[in-house]
Amino acid sequence: MNLRRDVFQAIADPTRRAILLLVASQSMTAGAIASNFDTARPTVSKHLQILTECELLKQEQNGREIYYHLNPNKMKEIADYIEPFRNMWDDRFNKLETIMKQYKAKK
Amino acid sequence: MEKKTKVHAEDGKQDLMITREFDLPLDLLFKAHAEPDLIEQWMSNPYSTTKLVKFDGRKHGSYQLQSVDGQGNVVFRANGAIHEFIPNKKIIRTFEMENTPFGVQLEIYEFEQLTGTTSKLTMHTVYESLAQRDQVLKLPFAQGISMAHDRMQEIMSKLK
Repeated sequence: MNLRRDVFQAIADPTRRAILLLVASQSMTAGAIASNFDTARPTVSKHLQILTECELLKQEQNGREIYYHLNPNKMKEIADYIEPFRNMWDDRFNKLETIMKQYKAKK
Repeated sequence: MEKKTKVHAEDGKQDLMITREFDLPLDLLFKAHAEPDLIEQWMSNPYSTTKLVKFDGRKHGSYQLQSVDGQGNVVFRANGAIHEFIPNKKIIRTFEMENTPFGVQLEIYEFEQLTGTTSKLTMHTVYESLAQRDQVLKLPFAQGISMAHDRMQEIMSKLK
């Protein structure tokens, strides 16, 4: 596992998030993606490389062109990262509720 | 089952909203945040016991808490200043985990009555930066992974 290519690091960058949004609706070539940004083409290529390395994007060869598309499984992994945090608070608050119900009953 | 606790972390913002509706009257919900022995009870979990080293619940007061694991090791310590403390209404405090790079966060707790027997807590937390918020959000995620690793290691070492 290459820790340098952490998915969270990958989505921390606004341009990379914009790229993910772009390809969410349709597969696109590097050129088509780059045409949506003012940034230099090599910069966009670097972003695509990072997104591909951490598997957020998948490459697909179609004739002479390489198309990029979103990897929904990896995206789901990111959507889920907040889950343990929510669970931690939900567990705490469930406990608070139970304790205070007992507290009320005792009085 | 749908979770009663909602966590709302807007993309690109350095704050966080946690909301929860309780099947408790407002005064009991507030009491759970105002009395040290009650706070200790609900902040503890099967892996660690939380104790309030210091708790001065009033405007310009402060607090310090620590969690101890089953072997008696202090695994977590945090402290903060209490900026506002209005019973059954509002608590504003800072929260800082000691000996960590996570910085300080500002927490605004609002307590609302919904019906005679239900109430709502809204926790608004503001972090020093977006990066800090995302790191704190990922903590339980990372701990979950490391706990799974520990367990795996434990099992694997028994196989040796």
